[in-house]
Amino acid sequence: MSGQKVTGRTGRRRGLIPAVVVVLYVLVALCAPLISPFDPNHADLVARLSGPFTTVHGHFHLLGTDALGRDVLSRAFYGSRVSIAVAAATVVVSGAFGVLVGVLAGWYRGWVGVVVMRVADIALSVPFFLLAILVVAVLGPSLANVVICLALVRWPRYTRIAYASVLETRERGFVRGAVAVGAPGRWIVTRHVLPEVLPLAVVVATLELGLMVVFEASLSFIGLGVQPPTASWGSMLSDGQNYVASAWWLVTFPGLALFGLVLAVNLLGDTVRDRLDPTRSVSRKPFRRRGPGRGGRAPGWLRPGGTTGPTAPTSTAPTSTAPIPTAPSGTSQEA
Amino acid sequence: MNRGAVATAAGYLGTRLGQALIALWGVTTAVFFALRLSGDPARLLAPQGATAADIARLRGQLGLDVSVWHQYLNFLDGLLHGDLGYSYVQHQPALGLIAQRVPYTIDLALSALFLSVVFGVGAGMVMALNRGRWPERVLMPVVLVGQAMPAFWTGILLILLFSVTFRILPSTGYGGITSLILPAVTLASLSAATVARITRGAVLEQLGRDYVRTARSKGAGTARLVVRHLARNVSVPILTVLALEVANLLGGSVVTELIFAWPGLGQLTVQSVDGRDFPLVQAIVILAALVYIVVNLVTDLAYAFLDPRISTLGKAAGT
Repeated sequence: MSGQKVTGRTGRRRGLIPAVVVVLYVLVALCAPLISPFDPNHADLVARLSGPFTTVHGHFHLLGTDALGRDVLSRAFYGSRVSIAVAAATVVVSGAFGVLVGVLAGWYRGWVGVVVMRVADIALSVPFFLLAILVVAVLGPSLANVVICLALVRWPRYTRIAYASVLETRERGFVRGAVAVGAPGRWIVTRHVLPEVLPLAVVVATLELGLMVVFEASLSFIGLGVQPPTASWGSMLSDGQNYVASAWWLVTFPGLALFGLVLAVNLLGDTVRDRLDPTRSVSRKPFRRRGPGRGGRAPGWLRPGGTTGPTAPTSTAPTSTAPIPTAPSGTSQEA
Repeated sequence: MNRGAVATAAGYLGTRLGQALIALWGVTTAVFFALRLSGDPARLLAPQGATAADIARLRGQLGLDVSVWHQYLNFLDGLLHGDLGYSYVQHQPALGLIAQRVPYTIDLALSALFLSVVFGVGAGMVMALNRGRWPERVLMPVVLVGQAMPAFWTGILLILLFSVTFRILPSTGYGGITSLILPAVTLASLSAATVARITRGAVLEQLGRDYVRTARSKGAGTARLVVRHLARNVSVPILTVLALEVANLLGGSVVTELIFAWPGLGQLTVQSVDGRDFPLVQAIVILAALVYIVVNLVTDLAYAFLDPRISTLGKAAGT
């Protein structure tokens, strides 16, 4: 299964359409004020609950209006801002934190690793929704708090992946080699370990993205997300649920918008996983480990008079003068 | 198993149980202090126009007038005696209130789990065994759609279709088997799709193995191949995802129960968080964490029986 052409004709095309759709959603979110026909919060009680394709005193409502006479299309446009902003922010925050903590745990092991992984286990052992509700209840519902709460719930996913990957990577030849040459820990982690971890983290992140869109909508749906006047797909659906018997458009269109975004993001996530997953052979490495930078010169900590490295080399220099200057040429590079 | 293996297995079990207890303690502690940060329940519970003295007295009645550490010790003491406190709002033991709701949530979660196993594993098998032919071409889009449908939208659409348009199923409340159908399908749709994808992947991976080719060449039909050869080998990844799905079902039931006005734990959770009903929230969180931890423990142990090659001891060291 692994040997099949991942980047073949179908593979390339498979990622294209979802990518275009996601870009469209992002464009709509960015341009919401320009393309919305009406103010999303403007209530027009005369036009309340009018169906799609209706014109009420000169205003054409393509997707109808809600119980307060607000234009559904405009609200759906603005709702995309909330969904995309929250999902992206959550993935970035939880991903960055999770990877950082996971790498530290995997690199230092010992009690740091034990503590981090146990805390991650604890965070994972509470059903996410309960934790999310708790966090929002504690902090109070707002856009930033939704991000914090989702990040608090989701960071262990990245931590587990990063931890396992670091444990494996640190035993590999190029890391042991770097340690043997005397590279400082920070250098090894950023230049050698992180490039192995990041593709995995990106795979998790893209798969998480769709989930985060759903989670934000779920929180808004039960009234713990974005607060009333602001349009969000989740809150539009929860408002519309009260009129499900009379106004089908109120629950159909926001849901459709949500569904389209999640589907596109999920498909994109699958493509990204197929391309980045190290267990499948892929010709191009997306996060290529670069050679020693600065025009092939050895890194600072390896050069004899290196002042850039604030760490050990200066103290070890007096005892062993000879080996360090001769080492530089290509030692830190993995074959 | 020889005696050494039994001893190491017992040791492993002991370690896991110890870790589970620590996790449980961590969860309860975190929840305890998080709740204390979230605001003063006495202020919320007191009727309008209550004086500061009234609120102070109420606080004393609820046991909130002592320091947080004192409260925490009282709470732990009660916990060790199986006492999870009294609900502030309903003046009943928290455990009793939960016990009233649990059967409904279990009904819902088990039916959903059943549906996702039957349809998820079934669809996954069919897709993998018919790779590239029409069953997969039909099922795969269904699975992708199922994965992208948020539970609350599925639920509303089902209500729109079966309760509003066709009027054949009740939309809300609890009354017999017909009222269970829509919530169970709603809850199951997402996990069924996930299970189907995992099953498909697992079966496809196994189909490439030598033993499958050998079995085929010895004349095994598809049915025999699946039952005798594949079932056990694909059960490990499926079990893994099912354990995760149990947690998701418990969490997802919050939204589903709200949509269908289902009188289960999910509703109770939202109510108790809204009302700052500390003992009730704590009890629910402890229960939920307990379920999750037990499910994971059982899963880990089940691996060893399903696939003797998986060394549970090795897993204890890593993640």
